[in-house]
Order: sequence, then structure tokens, then C-alpha cells
Amino acid sequence: METYNIVIVGVGGQGTLLTSRILGNLALTKDYDVKLSEVHGMAQRGGSVITFVRFGDSVAEPIIEAGQADLLIAFERLEAVRYIHLLKPDGLLIMNDERIDPMPVVIGAAEYPEDKIAALDDSARVVRIAARREARELGNLRVFNTIVLGAASLIMPFAVEEWEQVISETVPAKTVDINLVAFAKGRTFRKDQ
Amino acid sequence: MGNQAIALGAIRAGVGVVTGYPGTPSTEILESVAEHNPGHIYVEWSVNEKSALEVAAGAAYTGQRTMVTMKQVGLNVASDPLMSLAYIGVKGGMVVVVADDPGPISSQTEQDTRHFAAFAKLPIFDPTSPEEAYEMIGDAFEYSEKYGTPVLFRPTTRVCHGRASIETDASIAIVKPEGFIKDPKWTIFPRLSYANHLKLEARTPVLAEEFSTYRFNEVEGSGRRGIATGGVSYAYTKEALARLDADSEADCRLLKIATPHPFPEPLALEFLQSVDEVLVVEELDPVIEKELIQLCGKYHLPVQIYGKLTSHIQQAGENTVESVAKALAAYLDKPAPQVTAFDLPPLPIRPPVLCAGCPHRASFYAVKQAMKGKKAVFSGDIGCYTLGNAKPLEMVDTCLCMGAGITIAQGLQRAEPDAIHFAFVGDSTFFHTGIPGVVNAVYNETRIVVVVLDNATTAMTGFQPHPGTGSTMMGNISAKISIEAVLRAIGVKQIETIDPFDQPGAIAAASRAAAFDGVSAIIYKAPCIAVAPPGPMHVVDPDLCTNCKRCIREIGCPAIVKDGDKVRIDPALCYGCTLCVDICPFGAIHAVGGAK
Repeated sequence: METYNIVIVGVGGQGTLLTSRILGNLALTKDYDVKLSEVHGMAQRGGSVITFVRFGDSVAEPIIEAGQADLLIAFERLEAVRYIHLLKPDGLLIMNDERIDPMPVVIGAAEYPEDKIAALDDSARVVRIAARREARELGNLRVFNTIVLGAASLIMPFAVEEWEQVISETVPAKTVDINLVAFAKGRTFRKDQ
Repeated sequence: MGNQAIALGAIRAGVGVVTGYPGTPSTEILESVAEHNPGHIYVEWSVNEKSALEVAAGAAYTGQRTMVTMKQVGLNVASDPLMSLAYIGVKGGMVVVVADDPGPISSQTEQDTRHFAAFAKLPIFDPTSPEEAYEMIGDAFEYSEKYGTPVLFRPTTRVCHGRASIETDASIAIVKPEGFIKDPKWTIFPRLSYANHLKLEARTPVLAEEFSTYRFNEVEGSGRRGIATGGVSYAYTKEALARLDADSEADCRLLKIATPHPFPEPLALEFLQSVDEVLVVEELDPVIEKELIQLCGKYHLPVQIYGKLTSHIQQAGENTVESVAKALAAYLDKPAPQVTAFDLPPLPIRPPVLCAGCPHRASFYAVKQAMKGKKAVFSGDIGCYTLGNAKPLEMVDTCLCMGAGITIAQGLQRAEPDAIHFAFVGDSTFFHTGIPGVVNAVYNETRIVVVVLDNATTAMTGFQPHPGTGSTMMGNISAKISIEAVLRAIGVKQIETIDPFDQPGAIAAASRAAAFDGVSAIIYKAPCIAVAPPGPMHVVDPDLCTNCKRCIREIGCPAIVKDGDKVRIDPALCYGCTLCVDICPFGAIHAVGGAK
């Protein structure tokens, strides 16, 4: 198959690494050629984090560049705008509709660009998910990323059982149950339009 | 992950001793060996890269296969034993894995380890992908043993942290070390060095010849236009050629260099003789480029070489498929690839920050409070606590390299004795290269305050144990080495150990240390949030909060956020550290319930 390109962005600590590993392991179950690239070290401390997942019949290298991503999964709104240029013009942005102020905004040295985030809807295909609120309802704030993944799974060519299998094998053992519940919750998402 | 591939490849090759010091992007290699240890491999996090390399060398003297792992700046620390070991050699295969970090993404420098190989006159292997790394690490052991020399193995970040599916082979080579045989050849002396220097020089052309038929050095394609590349840039070049609809079979001749030193001269010469011009695509320094230019000079070849030296390839930072495609399009007279993409508006940056609940924040804040209105300079070091440089803390005035904060502070003090000089150092960095600096301070009777930020782990690289934690990579619990006892033994007279979250106590300790005439030390001891359970979550009482925003302005905790006009604590981030409780002048922050 043609290479499928996914970019996952967020704030260090939100689980972008784990999400990219779930997606990578999933693609491996289909014997695709899979390439992932991760960011380690200093950027993980609350900085802007980006990971790439590419799979297909043959993938030479893991980096995804401007205008190449089929799917952009953003765990935070500002980070969605920051990396929107990576999305294909007809690609899909799935965004956790949450705001985390970066330190320059917190201390008043910069403005959070809500206008630019609102403008995304005019130019790109955007799905917003209030995953944080739903995670709170499930009683575990950290599984919001699996809820987003559940919603993303609706447009991806893998069966529910394959997802569940890979999630169970990839997340920490004690969090398997809550992650499966969160994943199911994400799959109930229906875009209004 | 590429790092796991290197680990699995080394295990397959029968490695028996693996040492290293953590450093992005190399860290997971050693961790993966420990994780997949069939039981016979000795694995240790050494106290620093020099120790690691020496331990591995000692083991290799017996015929054991050994591997050392570090990042590029780690090799600076280990360069002393490496340079001499190049002359002495080894018996068992010894591979020194040094990960380079183009970008740099998580490093102080963009230094190129391929130069180190040429400098030390050692063979170096440069994998283009995780798959190739898995195969190549085994070759590295073979060559090392065949020539009785340590060899370097240099992956870059995108190979280390790239993930790909790899067919692994569960067999493990059986290595039966002969044992250490006493012989004058293990003791370096000027006479021996002279003799061995001649042997090294004689070996280089032999290896250059042999590497010309090495399976990962190759020429593909045809035509009079050449491209030379190596490392991850090879993968970028292949993808860029595909994107340009250029076929390396028809449009150009591609030279791939897997062993930048000794440079595979016969292979490269054959390549140069069949082209009119060459574009060299590589990251960091123009190593392949200069080798080709040198060959053109040596053999009077009229070949034009383009690359970094001619500004056809960027001189710093990472290559990308996009940057390579652009350079190749211009070179091959192809239309530049057109990309339709969304515009990128200017946005506020999101720099990394100290985590919510990080004890370093409390330590920095305590010293900052104690030094308010005083002339003080704060030297920092390498670790998470370098992030203390950011607003609003602004408590790292200098940062150079591992262990340098303590000694930079001494130099500052000699030139500016009227200021109070603080040196912040983490616990792992203290053991790595901090201790000699403290000895220097005491011996030379300087006046500095050494602040050890003891969070009981090596946090930045992913929570590795160190001599102060009392656990080892073999799963043993060893005796913890007490930082306070070390300082006392060195002769530091004024030492206080205190929890930085006891803010009044921590501030008072900083004031006493600053007032001490000589070398004083404070150990701010509180565990990293990643290795300790959270305390009770805190909330802002809206009735008591006056919106003065002192908590936001003073400590920069990512859990304290503005919510419209109000201030709120994000329950997903709060770690219950209580520092904000001490900051709030109105008592508006308090704990809710028990631990979350």
C-alpha cells in the first residue's frame, strides 16, 4: 500500500511516545514496513513534542515533512497549529480540544493564539474532541490520549480487536483495563457533520 | 528502536561486558542489553565515560567481547583512554558506540565523531538505518578482533531513535576468552608507542583496501553525475531521488560510505574516475567531502566536488528529505519538488520546563530568595536543572559541559571576588566529573558554594541509577555512596543537607553557606517526581485568592495556570510539592483530600 503518514504532537508528558508506539506496533501486525521517529531527552520536559509514524509496503526513512501527513493527531491546540503545515491539504487533524499555556504565555510574555486555532476550521479538516473531559468522567485524566486514539481508529484500516490487542501489549500492565475503556469511549465519537 | 537493534546485534555477536554512561541519544543501547541479557553479560552504568571505556578495555584485554556506549560529548571525557588504547590495542572485539546528534536535538555541540576516528586512527562504522545497525555492529566486532583494535560505531539520533521492523536472529556467538596473558605489550611506554604508531600507519591503507569490498560500502547507479553520502543522509538521498522522479540507476551514480575511516580508497577512486562531478550529502562536518577532494588531488582527477564547503549543503543542523531534495533538484537539473502545505503562522514557543513538583524549582527558588539584593552568580551544569535558566527562575547564568559549573565558579570567583559564586550540580553529574572540581576548590582555598541537587536519579536521560542510588544494572543493591560523606572527606567544612521543600530552612541554609569563608556546600535532597509518589493535590481557594499572580510570576510551575482572570491548579499536573503554598502571601493554596 501507499505509505500512510501520521504525525503525533503534544506537550512533553502527554503520552505522544506511547501513542506512536501503539500505532507502530499496530502497523507491524499487518507486516507493513514501519518507521517511527521519536524525540527523547530535554524536550520531554513539558516542551513541544513531535513523533512520526509511517507505514506501507516500503518506507525509506521516518521523518514526515511539510504537506505529507495523512493524519495529524494533536493532544493540545497550540501544538496543532504549530505542526499544521505537515498535514496534506486533504489530510485530517484530530485534536484534543485542550489548552496548555506554554511558559511564555503563563508569565505574560506571549499571547495564546486562540484566533489562529479558530482559523484552522476554515482551512483544514478538523475533528475536535473534548478528551480531557471524557477522561475525567472515566476517573483517570491520563487516558485522554487513548480516547483520542479511539476516535482516530474510526478512520484507520485496522479491526477493533487488533487495536485492543496492541493497546493491551503496549501500555503499562496495570493500566490495560482503563485504557481499553478509554479506547472504546473514543470509538463512540461521532462527528456532528 | 535503532538503539535496541544495536543492543540485540551486540548480544548476537557474543558481547560479554557492556559499560557506558547515559546520554541522549545513546542511552537505550545499554538499557536494552540489560533488558535482553541472556544472563552471561556483565552490564554497568559506569560513573563516567572514561571509566566505562577503561573497564571495557580491561575486559577486552582478556579476549572478552566488550561494548561501551556514550553520546558524542561523552567521548571527549573518554578521549584520554581511547587515544592510548588505539596504540595498545585489544584482544577481544571492543566496540565503542558513540551517538552523534545532528541538530543538535539534545546536546551541547554538533561535533562529528568521524573526526575522532581519523584522529585516533581507528576504524569507524556509520549505519544508515536501524536495520543496518543490527547487522553492522556484528561486523564491527569481527573487524575489531581481526585487527586487535577498538573500533568506533557511530549512529546518529535518527538511527538511534528511529523505529523499524527487523528480523532478528536469536543465536548467540560463543566467545571463549583466552584470559589475560601477561605481556609487555599491555604497558604503554614511549618506545612501544613509536613502534605501534608505525603499525597503525601501516594498517590504515590495508583497511582502506579491505573496506572497499565491505558489504555496506557500495556504488549503485550509473552516469557521469555522482552523489556521495553516508549515515542517515543515505536514506534521505534515496527518498529525495524517488521524490524527484530521479532514478539512481539511470540518472546518477551513488557512492555510499559506511566506513568513513579508513576511507575505502580503491572503491572511492573507481567512483571518482567514472564521474565528472559529485554532490556530497552528509550531516555535521564535510568528512566524506574532504576525503574525496583529497583523492582528486592525489590522483589528479578533474572532478568537481560540491557539498558543505561550497554551500550546496547546509553547514549546521540536520538534513531532511526536503533539504536534500532541494539540493539534489538543483544539482540534477530537475524541477524542485512543489509542496502544498498550510502556512505556518508565528507562534509562541513551548520550551521544555522543570516538571510540576520538581525539587530543583524549590532549590533554585530558595537560593534566589537568600541572595535577593546581593551580587551573586549562579553557575549551572548538565541535567534537567539546566532548565532553571528560564524565566521566571533565571537561576542558571553559565552552563558549559559535565562537571564544569563547580570549576567555572572558581574562575569567576578569582576574577570577581566581591560576588558570591554558586555552583549547582546534580547528583549524577557530581559523581561523573564534579568531585575533582570540589577537590580543586578546597585545595586552592577558593570561596564558592557548591549546591548539589540530589534527586536520587539521573533524570534527564531517563532515570538511570548512579553511585548515590545504591542499585546497579545487574539488579544488585550496592552500598549508597553518600555525597555528604564525600564532601566531608574532601575537606569541605560547611555542609548542610536539607529538603528544598522546607523553604524557610532551605533559604536559611543558602544564606549560611553564602556567608561561609571558604568552600561550603548545600545538598538539597528530594527525589525526582518520576521516582517518588505524589503528595496531596492542591487547589486555589477562589475566596482567598486576590489574583496577585505571585505564584505564577515567581516559580513558573506548569501546573499553575491562568483561568481567565483567576488562577487555577491543573489537577492532572499538580504533584503536591507544596512550594506554591509557601509562595502565596494570602494562604489561598491548600491541599485537597489525600494523595491522588
